[in-house]
Amino acid sequence: MYSNGYIFRYAAIMVIIAAALLSTAAMLLKPFQERNVAIDKMGGILASAHIPDVTASNSIKLFNEFVTEEIVLDQNGEVVESYTEANKENAKAFSLDMKVELYKKSQGKPFELPLYVINKNGQSLYVIPVRGVGLWGPIWGNIALSSDLNTIVGVTFDHKGETPGLGAEISTAAFEDQFIGKTIFDNQGQFTSIMVVKGGIGKLPENERIHGVDAISGGTITSNGVNDMLKDVLETYLPYLQKHR
Amino acid sequence: MSAEIREREALFSSKNIKLLKNPLNLSNPITVQVLGICSALAVTAKLEPAIVMAISVTLVTAVANVVISVLRNGIPPRIRIIVQLVVVATLVIVVDQILKAFVYDVSKQLSVFVGLIITNCIIMGRLEAFAMANKPWPSFLDGIGNGLGYGLILIVIAFFRELLGSGSIYGFNLIPEQFYELGYKNNGLMILPPMALIVVGVIIWVQRYYTRDLIEKN
Repeated sequence: MYSNGYIFRYAAIMVIIAAALLSTAAMLLKPFQERNVAIDKMGGILASAHIPDVTASNSIKLFNEFVTEEIVLDQNGEVVESYTEANKENAKAFSLDMKVELYKKSQGKPFELPLYVINKNGQSLYVIPVRGVGLWGPIWGNIALSSDLNTIVGVTFDHKGETPGLGAEISTAAFEDQFIGKTIFDNQGQFTSIMVVKGGIGKLPENERIHGVDAISGGTITSNGVNDMLKDVLETYLPYLQKHR
Repeated sequence: MSAEIREREALFSSKNIKLLKNPLNLSNPITVQVLGICSALAVTAKLEPAIVMAISVTLVTAVANVVISVLRNGIPPRIRIIVQLVVVATLVIVVDQILKAFVYDVSKQLSVFVGLIITNCIIMGRLEAFAMANKPWPSFLDGIGNGLGYGLILIVIAFFRELLGSGSIYGFNLIPEQFYELGYKNNGLMILPPMALIVVGVIIWVQRYYTRDLIEKN
């Protein structure tokens, strides 16, 4: 039979060994993981603007090549910082975390927003990062607007853990390609965002179809999440967008 | 010297081979012992997560079995479940971190599922039923065998669910466009977990048809 003292010693030593093992693994792997996250972020920004052949290995190079300006905006849509030098991953805009900034906004505190300007075939595209909640966890993505700051050139979405085959379909080309050519302002210049419509955009009146896309069947809550995410984040950028249209 | 030779001969003795083979059919964790059903329903909508899940579970089961088997004589019985959980949880977190560092794309698809390995009954079941009472080498084989037995069923389920539910295999579309134009539709029900349970039932039926030993005598 084991004494209580032995059991306590055993448990203590085991926990210390496990903790040492885990923190060592975390410390050794952290640089690789952070690099992957940064590369993934760049890849998403480039992919939303339909830069061809973006892979994990050439993301940094292409990011420096295509992104011409990284802008930091304040809550009134004023430009705080404009970064145009080389090594684009060092810019302040790139280090801003949408999760943190949107939280500050919800608390009523001052916040800053990143905006990326991409030069593709001589045309300026404006990429806005978005973030929201799906069914099981966060969803996020990027929206590339053409230089009129109204027409969508492309989007990418990603998610932490939406249901495969249902909500997870938001990150497939079939869903994302629907956004191309849609507009976020109507003819009168009113902000409409993009509606993700359950049952399909056929349900919308003819003149509103340009502001809508089909939701995913079986992925209603994730689809609603995308809808709310676009509305919330684009609204946050509205002061800047209206000023520069 | 002679003892060493004897041990080497025993490495793949018929008894050890059985440890590896039995979980594939006669004592399959999913279809015979009905363990690990929860994750079998959750990760089998597509083939790729099912395969990575199968590999991860096999690795974790095998390594956890070996670790517990090495420690088995020192583990106080009153806290043995806690010890087993700490070992499994540590391994799963390490696997998750490594996936994040080196195969970021796969890890992004799987992050939730990898964490769920900790709750897989098969791992705890093998630790408690086998590794606590056997030497490291048989425990290792037992872990590999059970992981593969689990993975095999997972991949079969995922194959049918992805084919019928999404019309693709491993992400490649197999059903020609013309079929869809003629009115063929992917079966959305196949993507939902209840159909996984029904597929498991069909697999058990087929397995018992071919393996009569499994049929209860009374």
